[in-house]
Amino acid sequence: MSLQDKDRIFTNLYGFQDWGLKAAQARGDWDDTKALIARGNDAIIDEMKASGLRGRGGAGFPTGLKWSFMPKESKDGRPSFLVINADESEPGSCKDREIIRHDPHKLIEGALVAGFAMRARAAYIYIRGEYIREAETLQKAIDEAYAAGLIGKNASKSGYDFDVFMHRGAGAYICGEETAMIESLEGKKGQPRLKPPFPAGAGLYGCPTTVNNVESIAVVPTILRRGASWFSSFGNEGNHGTKLFQISGHVEKPCVVEEEMSIPFRELIDKHCGGITGGWDNLLAVIPGGSSVPLVPAEQIMDCPMDFDGLKAVGSGLGTAAVIVMDKSTDIVRAISRISYFYKHESCGQCTPCREGTGWMWRMMERLRTGDAAIEEIDMLQQVTKQVEGHTICALGDAAAWPIQGLIKHFRPELERRIHEHNAQFAPETLEAAE
Amino acid sequence: MPKVTVDGQEIEVPDGATVLQACELAGKEIPRFCYHERLSIAGNCRMCLVEVKPGPPKPQASCALPATDGQEIRTDTQMVKTAREGVMEFLLINHPLDCPICDQGGECDLQDQAVAYGRGGSRYDMNKRAVTEKYMGPLIKTVMTRCIHCTRCVRFSEEIAGVDEIGALYRGEDMQITTYLEQAAEHELSANVIDLCPVGALTSRPYAFEARPWELKKTLSIDVSDAVGANITLHSKGREVMRATPRINDDVNEEWLSDKGRYMVDGLTKRRLDKVFLRKKGGLKPATWEEAFKAIATAKPGKSIAAVAGDMVDCETMFAAKALLKASGSSLLEGRQTGMDYDVSNLAAVNFNTTFAGIENADAILIVGSNIRWEAPLVNVRLRKVVKRGAKVYILGPSWDPTYPATFLGEDLSVLSKLPKDLIDAFKATERPAIIMGGAALAKGALGAGLAAADKLKVVKDGWNGFNVLHFSAARMGGLMLGYAQKGGMADIAAAKPKVLLALGADEMDFEPFADSLKVYIGHHGDKGAHAADIVLPAASFAEKDGTYVNTEGRVQFAEKAVFAPGDAREDWTILRALADALGVSVGFDSFAELQAAMIAEVPALGEEGLADLGALPKADSKAKAEGAISAYPIKDFYLTNPIARASAVMQQCSAELLHSDELKEAAE
Repeated sequence: MSLQDKDRIFTNLYGFQDWGLKAAQARGDWDDTKALIARGNDAIIDEMKASGLRGRGGAGFPTGLKWSFMPKESKDGRPSFLVINADESEPGSCKDREIIRHDPHKLIEGALVAGFAMRARAAYIYIRGEYIREAETLQKAIDEAYAAGLIGKNASKSGYDFDVFMHRGAGAYICGEETAMIESLEGKKGQPRLKPPFPAGAGLYGCPTTVNNVESIAVVPTILRRGASWFSSFGNEGNHGTKLFQISGHVEKPCVVEEEMSIPFRELIDKHCGGITGGWDNLLAVIPGGSSVPLVPAEQIMDCPMDFDGLKAVGSGLGTAAVIVMDKSTDIVRAISRISYFYKHESCGQCTPCREGTGWMWRMMERLRTGDAAIEEIDMLQQVTKQVEGHTICALGDAAAWPIQGLIKHFRPELERRIHEHNAQFAPETLEAAE
Repeated sequence: MPKVTVDGQEIEVPDGATVLQACELAGKEIPRFCYHERLSIAGNCRMCLVEVKPGPPKPQASCALPATDGQEIRTDTQMVKTAREGVMEFLLINHPLDCPICDQGGECDLQDQAVAYGRGGSRYDMNKRAVTEKYMGPLIKTVMTRCIHCTRCVRFSEEIAGVDEIGALYRGEDMQITTYLEQAAEHELSANVIDLCPVGALTSRPYAFEARPWELKKTLSIDVSDAVGANITLHSKGREVMRATPRINDDVNEEWLSDKGRYMVDGLTKRRLDKVFLRKKGGLKPATWEEAFKAIATAKPGKSIAAVAGDMVDCETMFAAKALLKASGSSLLEGRQTGMDYDVSNLAAVNFNTTFAGIENADAILIVGSNIRWEAPLVNVRLRKVVKRGAKVYILGPSWDPTYPATFLGEDLSVLSKLPKDLIDAFKATERPAIIMGGAALAKGALGAGLAAADKLKVVKDGWNGFNVLHFSAARMGGLMLGYAQKGGMADIAAAKPKVLLALGADEMDFEPFADSLKVYIGHHGDKGAHAADIVLPAASFAEKDGTYVNTEGRVQFAEKAVFAPGDAREDWTILRALADALGVSVGFDSFAELQAAMIAEVPALGEEGLADLGALPKADSKAKAEGAISAYPIKDFYLTNPIARASAVMQQCSAELLHSDELKEAAE
């Protein structure tokens, strides 16, 4: 079982064809979008619910259900908005970039259909600041779509007015968090908001807002065209559909590939990446969902189904399906320490546990890297991660804590070995021998 | 009204209450740093974590969580205790713990809560963060290493003061609170962030290293720098007032205080009159009390004696002078030093009738000739709230920055009689419209026209009197209640050519017309009045005597004596009592209690703390017209409006740096 070419949604993922409107239409985008919209808001949402699509941004919340939280009608005249999260900053993750580079019209058409379904007035695509060429492409694609009458007034002749705006971020990881993204869009410092109120009640400019990942939105038109049952025929129960996997690290051929959900890890690597460098025996550990999920050691990941529930069972998560493979040449402590540095660097500084805790954790990790610590400090670090996890406003605190917890859970002997080795240099007998 | 259970105790909480408020209602103390009743909820310190069911199996920030029916809140579980200890530990890892040299020591939230909710020690033994200090102006001293990023100061300046001056730079561990480009915070309430700061990051610059809170004697007093009558506490050490801090009074100042009220107290020890002076051969020479009284008695004033009250005198002083004049057979009393002569036959017409708390309910406001930000900064805070709620504000007079959207109607007062249509429509559509008349309008004789406009706009309704006059002298309402007003104002006093003129701390009046009078200045500062006087009798300032003050709402408030007056200075009433003996008349009191009793017997409202009942507005004269233009507001320099402030080095520095910095820069070039 693996995905056949006819079932691929992203048919120009590698940019072998042009990204422009003509080529996109030849690939089937914008094909009678009017008819999709004519199905009506609730029919689209029901279809999405039936398809079993779970949000592709990391948390895996059912997309159709999320849309249904939006108000059916505006009681006080406030418009609704769709915000599309293209602030792809998770280390290891690079799928949205490929979509925007090579298939931007899938995203724009998805924005229209999804926006219509949730009764949104406009879509804001918040694109990562570093994606300079991608932003250029996306803007050109939006302009093309406007020129062709596909969006804007009477979008695709459906009688629905819908605008799409692109907004460029300034390179903060935290702006990928939905409420921080809304703050940033409003022109404020990118810091997550308190929930409640949830964005579906009061989001962008205080109006009902849904924030969706690029991939979640880009697959919508295809799902509607081919039907919910087609989409839900892939993957295990509760984890349906196809998914873009982004495999990086110690594999022969790192790649971004669209595959069925729940594909076993071994099959994914062997089929698309040419195997692990140095063979399967050389595999040390895998971070299966981008830097913020705990790592999984080799023996547990090999036959694990790559989906939300399968990875949860091994104490990790699918995240954005950014699979970071590490073979035995990896200094695993240094790798996790680098991730800790990333979170220390990207913490927004709003709430106490994350602001103070990420720095503490990184400094501790740096000491564990060289072994310049005491054994008890491993337990202390574990406690510090527990003091951060679940005590913060947004999930960045959790994301900073989990990789370290994963490391301590699976590689404690390695940590202890380094400490013993380091401290042995200063043991009295060693010093005597040196003299 | 949702019912919740707090630690097993079932209570009913008001709609819209948060879990934190529910816990407080149940008598549970919830530690917090970022949460403040008068600011928006930030939820960032994470100190107020509690366990709430139903909900996710992790502690919740109680300050931001709405209380809903059937919630089960626990504040005493192991999870809550651990969470608090954890947050406390995080807050302290980068806090310098320099309490022995920190001015906040002894009144520091972080200290108190670390003792109550923290672990015994820290497990963090690496280097701590250090942050450079930020310049925030002459009033706020910063030690930003101590900052715990609660953002109270940021929210205060944005929400309450209405100026986006303080904000956060950078992110994560490197986040820093600063003013825009490290410029001084330029608004009249800037120093309130010192009270708000839960740690020693923002402390008082003038008060730096002066005293510890436990060494200070605290006296309840009233701010006399404007007519709001903010409730303050005077903190004194020995014979010196070290600082003034606001007290909470939701009816008057909420819990804020203007920078002038807070920082002019250092002027209490400077330029003080501590000796009796007599003018001899053109110069003021030290003298004794006997010589001074003899000199006044020699002038044989008889009936020809007048008294002019200054802006900061208490009712007792004014009453004592009034009693003295009455005994001498004179009624030449005036308090409106600058020559205003508005009609005071009905005091309700010169009163702030909606009250400060009441103005928050207004839905359309017309301000005539008042720069409220300078004349009563604390009232402007209320108006800001009103506008945030959706009310419209119109201002007649030269433009100033109100910190909220307002429509300026120009400077021509005749507009009062032919108001623009959109204003009339806006007022018509509202339930509770209000007019605020300021000093600039009163000086132009626009009170009658204001009343006529009020009548036309129907600002008086059932249960709502929207006609307000905003004074800016602490003594004004008290003076008017005691009859310190002549029909023609100061001109009448000058026309009477009194042989003796008693200037009771009157420093703003023009002494020119009184060249032939014997000018006796009874006051506490060597300011304009003392310069012009022939005899100077040193008296007590507001901090050095008990006294009653009436604010512009007609609210009677009582201030207590904090310290003794310096040198030979005496409390004002004793001077006037002794003067009565020198002049050979009897005033009928020998003690402060007797004086007060006599005063209350004459004006009963002064005996009762709270709002005086001034009755209904007079019938408006619809023909009253106002003419001329308001070319400027009476206050030229916010920081230097009274003799105490003018003597204060801090206020002078504020004036030079915040209001005249351009001139400074030019001089430097």
